[in-house]
Amino acid sequence: MQVPAPFEYQRVGSVSEAVALLDRLGDTARLVAGGHSLIPMMKLRLANFEYLIDINDLHDELGYVRVEPGLIRIGAMTRHRELLESDELAAAFPVFRDAERVIADPVVRNRGTLGGSLCQADPSEDLSAVCTTLDASCVIQGMDGERVVSMEDFHRGPYETAVGDAEILTEVRIPVRPNGSSAYEKVERRAGDWAVVSAGAAVWLDGDGLIADARVGLAAVGPNTAGIPGIADALRGRHPTEELYGRAGDIAAEACSPVTDRRGSAEYKRHLARELTVRVLRRAVARIDGQEV
Amino acid sequence: MQVSMTVNGEEVTREIEGRLLLVHFLRDHLRLTGTHWGCDTSNCGTCVVWLDGEPVKSCTVLAAMAGGHEVRTVEGLEQNGELDPVQRGFVECHGLQCGFCTPGMMMTARALLDRNPDPSDTEIREAISGQICRCTGYATIVRSVRWAAAEEAGTRTSLETQATSGSAS
Repeated sequence: MQVPAPFEYQRVGSVSEAVALLDRLGDTARLVAGGHSLIPMMKLRLANFEYLIDINDLHDELGYVRVEPGLIRIGAMTRHRELLESDELAAAFPVFRDAERVIADPVVRNRGTLGGSLCQADPSEDLSAVCTTLDASCVIQGMDGERVVSMEDFHRGPYETAVGDAEILTEVRIPVRPNGSSAYEKVERRAGDWAVVSAGAAVWLDGDGLIADARVGLAAVGPNTAGIPGIADALRGRHPTEELYGRAGDIAAEACSPVTDRRGSAEYKRHLARELTVRVLRRAVARIDGQEV
Repeated sequence: MQVSMTVNGEEVTREIEGRLLLVHFLRDHLRLTGTHWGCDTSNCGTCVVWLDGEPVKSCTVLAAMAGGHEVRTVEGLEQNGELDPVQRGFVECHGLQCGFCTPGMMMTARALLDRNPDPSDTEIREAISGQICRCTGYATIVRSVRWAAAEEAGTRTSLETQATSGSAS
């Protein structure tokens, strides 16, 4: 039987209450949202805390998708299912629905949250790759107010983020730019599994049909989920072509650092990084052209 | 710590440890052993119960987290001595062999039909994709859910017919 080590359970009803409690308890405490990454780790005793602070009551405060001019704000407690079902989110960023369809399974998606996924910072986690692809920024609340960090600064490494001991991730902000689209693809061994490799792409075209900007985010190919700047540099100002996607794929394969494990060899994962980068770029561009893909 | 929640419509209060998982609370503290405890890793789905109307894997939810909320287990599917159409579907269509995955499958199926009364086979398969039948009896599980959907559609149709004829006369 897998049971977490003993801890004291606390529940908070607001962000300010959570921050005040974290400030008092320091690194002996940990927030739990959906719990579908954290509780399994606690059951395996890979994570042990003296205090567990349940923030599910914050769903009313932090569960939302708000579309504003030039910006979409997503509350950190928004659950996977809500992200999957949000038509507004899918219209602006199809990459979200693509990814949510293949994150865990429908029952787990009823519980898991955006904020929990990002804060878990598992290198194989899909939403970190999605948010990196979309150049999202993260709003972190502490005792002294809030600060906003880019995904690059948020994700410090495996299971490490910029969120301090007495802070909470409250919101993810994604800039909406004109004439763009996005896509996500994941190769997994079976339905609901962690990715062997995943890739997300977002592309924006200018008035002449040239690539104004492009971003690619990969998951499960090394400790770093940061975007690959070399791809944007190679694609900007060019016509989207198969040859160009291939070049971007080559850069992705070179930039990543997969390891051989039960999910596949490093060589196979590098192959996937290339192939999935090509596919998501192709699909993102096709979507800008209004094709249903 | 003390936890109170509503389980199958009944208010329960127990003294528990914070680390107690919902599946063990239901089985060991309330003796509701219809909810099965399987893989313990949120993969198999036999422990699926409803939390505020949504299916969740109770091996990955703390009992404390369910405090103040509504839980429904497979024991709560039956209403006033009548089996739920999903339960009857599993009987009619041989939806179980060993029966171990059945409680979770039925809870997910009931939630699916509440949201989508006429699901396609693909939608049924998608809904139960986080659940494992080690007898591999998926085809009959899908058939059972379809049977329940048809059964309920039949009921609804007759009710609608009555309502229509009632208003016409």
